[in-house]
Amino acid sequence: MRISRRILAGLATASLAITATSCGGGGTSGSFDDTVTVGILHSLSGTMAISESTLVDTEKMAIEEINDAGGVKVGGKSYKIEYIVEDGASDWPTFAEKSKKLIDQDGVPVVFGGWTSASRKAMLPVYESKDAFLYYPIQYEAQECSNNIFYTGATPNQQSEPATDFMYKRSPAAGGDFFLVGSDYVFPRTSNTITKAQVAQLGGKVVGEDYLPLGNTEVAPIISKIKEALPDGGIIINTLNGDQNVAFFKQIQDAGITPSSGYYVMNYSIAEEEISTIGPEFLEGHYGAWNYMMSIDTPASKKFAASFKKRWGDDRVVADPQESAYNMVYLWKQAVEEAGTFDDNAVREALVGQKFDAPQGPVEVMPNHHLSQTVRIGEINAEGGFTILEETGVVLPQAWNQKHPSSKGYACDWTDPSKGEKYKL
Amino acid sequence: MELLLDSLFNGVAIGSVLLVAALGLAIVFGLMGVINLAHGELMMLGAYTTYVTQLIFKLPILKPFYNSYIIVSIFLAFIVSGVVGILLEKTIIRKLYGSPLETLLATWGVSLILQQFVRSVPLAYGTGIVISLIIGLFLPTTFTSKIKESINFKYFKFGSWILAALTGVLTGSVISSTVSKLSRASARNVDVTAPSWMRGQVEIIGNAFPKTRLMIIVITLISVIAITLFLNQSAWGMRIRAVTQNRQMSDCLGISTEKVDIITFGIGSGLAGVAGVAVSLLGSVGPNVGGNYIVGCFMVVVLGGVGNLLGTVLASFGIGIMTDLIGAGRLLSIWPDMPLPLSNTINFFATTSMARVMIFALIVIFLQFKPTGLFPQKGRMVEN
Repeated sequence: MRISRRILAGLATASLAITATSCGGGGTSGSFDDTVTVGILHSLSGTMAISESTLVDTEKMAIEEINDAGGVKVGGKSYKIEYIVEDGASDWPTFAEKSKKLIDQDGVPVVFGGWTSASRKAMLPVYESKDAFLYYPIQYEAQECSNNIFYTGATPNQQSEPATDFMYKRSPAAGGDFFLVGSDYVFPRTSNTITKAQVAQLGGKVVGEDYLPLGNTEVAPIISKIKEALPDGGIIINTLNGDQNVAFFKQIQDAGITPSSGYYVMNYSIAEEEISTIGPEFLEGHYGAWNYMMSIDTPASKKFAASFKKRWGDDRVVADPQESAYNMVYLWKQAVEEAGTFDDNAVREALVGQKFDAPQGPVEVMPNHHLSQTVRIGEINAEGGFTILEETGVVLPQAWNQKHPSSKGYACDWTDPSKGEKYKL
Repeated sequence: MELLLDSLFNGVAIGSVLLVAALGLAIVFGLMGVINLAHGELMMLGAYTTYVTQLIFKLPILKPFYNSYIIVSIFLAFIVSGVVGILLEKTIIRKLYGSPLETLLATWGVSLILQQFVRSVPLAYGTGIVISLIIGLFLPTTFTSKIKESINFKYFKFGSWILAALTGVLTGSVISSTVSKLSRASARNVDVTAPSWMRGQVEIIGNAFPKTRLMIIVITLISVIAITLFLNQSAWGMRIRAVTQNRQMSDCLGISTEKVDIITFGIGSGLAGVAGVAVSLLGSVGPNVGGNYIVGCFMVVVLGGVGNLLGTVLASFGIGIMTDLIGAGRLLSIWPDMPLPLSNTINFFATTSMARVMIFALIVIFLQFKPTGLFPQKGRMVEN
């Protein structure tokens, strides 16, 4: 009994120490009247740590930039932003648990966090039951619209739909048949359902689809199916996850499925960070679709990339998820300043309609808690970046996809109490 | 014909990945009865060895030999994983013989430690540690018998460990200062690029086959032949089989069972390292790479019949061919006008995920009828 109590005490001290070290960051220039502490919740350990830690780096950078510029100004007082970083440990229940801790124990007004849809789905009930706020920065399958989440990543109509359109109409394989490959979980399956509906509308044909179980790297059966379904080349839509892409691209190249033989792969999960891991020699000539690409030639984009490199090292890259993470911190700051309070509900109201001059160009928060964004199609080049081929105008987000059979004709609007989460158009 | 050849090749290609991964386990689990859950992580060490070798061969001095790095790394991977396996046997597994549950837990713990090791230790120093292990473990065995029997042998042993540690630190720092990519710890997956002669395709009877796949088949074949010859023709192989069949009797007849255990476990682990080289050619190399294969390995060994190499070979090719037949929906192209309900069923299972489900189901059904696998071991060990 005594021992276990001592262990408990030890654990408590340890966790206190961890919290203490993870607390409080950022620039110290200028004098502030007060501080406000926000929560950052991403995986810092486990399989997702590689991706999610880049978001933590970006969010810290945005917070430090805001602090350097004088902090958040509310009611004539300037607040310095401090943050508590919590580790979701690539484990979805942990995300929910840490969310509770951040809301109840630390009393943060806002949490920036999440990457996988699974982690978001685990956190959603926590934020809804406590009427707290989560800002979620990743491009995802949509089909969700919570009053307590702001989604700053792309919805399918802001990524896959313009990309499919490009592949079928204007790519070198235009008019060709489609083959869909993805990892076996919710995003690829939802995204491909939408793609199939869209290809049918365009008058094209999807000749095959296959899903690789997460962790599996045996691509041989998929390659034989692709060769059989598309003997003379065609369009491949790839929604494989992380490292499975390495196995996929290495093996399809060995099997002769390359742009030079008429096969063009459009990727929805490969950004600059992933290109450098997979190796540009395997990806050159294939395509990607994102809202932000590091090669965007505007002052805002260059400034974003440069200050990230300055802070975290010259070999680092910025990519679309990071840009979304950067935007959401700024949008939250603007909304707080407009609302004149950190109070959740006032900030929620003020946030809708906020405009921000993001690295990708102007974005605006829409009544369905998603952002209007620009979509870009890029060809992967030998230097490991994207050569931008096309740029749409600003595309409005659809929380409920208009091509997916289950959500066609529905929309979401939180500014009108009679409409809410899902109403018929 | 072309279709059949293509399907057969794919089946053999998938099967040989399974086989090369399971071969070491067939020795460790099959012959010694050790449930080694760290087998996948020994594979991972082999894969990382390939990566380190590749980077070292990019140095100016070794650049002319770059194309042969993959061959060199096969031998190095065998040694690295073998040595780590020997250390594992000497420190942990030896104390747990005869208690499979404890072995299972202990080796699972080791697998977690090894995963975290490659995440948090710079690979240059990891290489240094492995080199000092090799020297520390093997230098004392090269001493003359006079020294070994002398009372001061422990000082010699101690001295060789000091030498080993120094060499390890030295190589570690030399590598870390010459190859910058190895000087920082990273949890990020890394990539092995096959040398140019191994990329692309070869034409055989009108069909194009990827060269890396052929290379893996060759590696597998050589490993199987080598291990069969070793077990059946060499003196040590005979001792290993003797200990497998009757430990007490072999002990009485003067066979050092302790040494046999070390050698068996070392070879099994070394083969895991070779498997690591093979899988590094297919996908990326990361801390979790071994975990993706471990279930498949046990499945193959159990299906083949514990303790039987021929069973392991047949089981892995069987699973490989089934994976391709079901997963790629081959039956439909072989028999295009089959009745609709049947073709719908086949279509339903013709995805990678569903093919896996189907294969596991078939294996479960098979094991209901033959619980000891394809070729059950007949002998004393099974009765014990």
